[in-house]
Amino acid sequence: MSMTTTQIWTIIIGLGLGSYLLRLSFLGIIGNRDLPEWVLRHLRYTAVAVMPGMITPMILFPQATGGTLDGVRLAAAMATIAISFWTKNATLTIFGGAAVLFALHFTLG
Amino acid sequence: MALSREYWQGFRDATPFILVIIPFGAVFGVVATEAGLNLAQVMGFSVLVIAGAAQFVAVQMMVENAPVLIVLVAALAVNLRMAMYSASLAPHLGKISWWKRGAVSYFMVDQAYAAAILKYENTPDMRPAQKMAYYFGVVTPICPLWYLATWGGAVLGTAIPAGLPIDFAVPITFLALIVPMLRSAAHVVAALVSILGVLAFAFLPFNLGLLVAALLAMMAGAEVERRMRARQMP
Repeated sequence: MSMTTTQIWTIIIGLGLGSYLLRLSFLGIIGNRDLPEWVLRHLRYTAVAVMPGMITPMILFPQATGGTLDGVRLAAAMATIAISFWTKNATLTIFGGAAVLFALHFTLG
Repeated sequence: MALSREYWQGFRDATPFILVIIPFGAVFGVVATEAGLNLAQVMGFSVLVIAGAAQFVAVQMMVENAPVLIVLVAALAVNLRMAMYSASLAPHLGKISWWKRGAVSYFMVDQAYAAAILKYENTPDMRPAQKMAYYFGVVTPICPLWYLATWGGAVLGTAIPAGLPIDFAVPITFLALIVPMLRSAAHVVAALVSILGVLAFAFLPFNLGLLVAALLAMMAGAEVERRMRARQMP
């Protein structure tokens, strides 16, 4: 990279400040005011609206395999979902999913 | 202290995230150092920005010598979802004092948000102070380890053998948090719209497809809930 120290720190501080303001935004502005029911109804779905979309490309087009579908990763994702339904326990699911991933990686990969 | 039960509950619930925080912090430290950043700059990223995905995007674009403004826009676009987390947490944590909300905001990483919102929705009778204690319990094993792992990666270099599928620790962690959130038809519909939306809008630059998909998914979930409620009315 051919960036000056000033440019690098501008990016770091700008990104840090911008990210902080995004995080503070609604929490800071709304405070203890009550929100209308229709807004709350939308906000109830924030997590299930953001997270599945965030991980879908990671599962289907992993950067580590150059963006092509990978059987080991896909199978591990399926197993993780199954373990989660079955155990209903996040800790067991994470360790179970990782175990399946590495087992498949070393046997098939 | 009265809130220590919630704090330690959050701490325990967050310990499996260590599995993903350590390798990714270390990989960021290695990648950023190899890109030519010095230790202070690498740590500046992990301490001031404290958002893995955005940090990786920024460093990658810096390597490509993109203009400063473009780097900032692209990396901040990746973090736009944080504003949605902020709105989603506001009904739960909006009543705590302003400086505590300031601290909650600084530590608002994906895992903290997901673990907290799952807990709040499963335990609706928690008081705001208890919700806050749980939140700070969750971030305790996550955020300091993010700094430490970044430092380790920057100073020690990579000790992770190439070829291991550690990238996949991220989706596994989130799957473990998402599946328990699918508690109604409305939640399932929102998740499906999110998945289909992100594929349909993948052509948008700066990761904005995720934002469009997420907004559509929230509307879909809210609409399904509204119709289900209307049907239940006598």
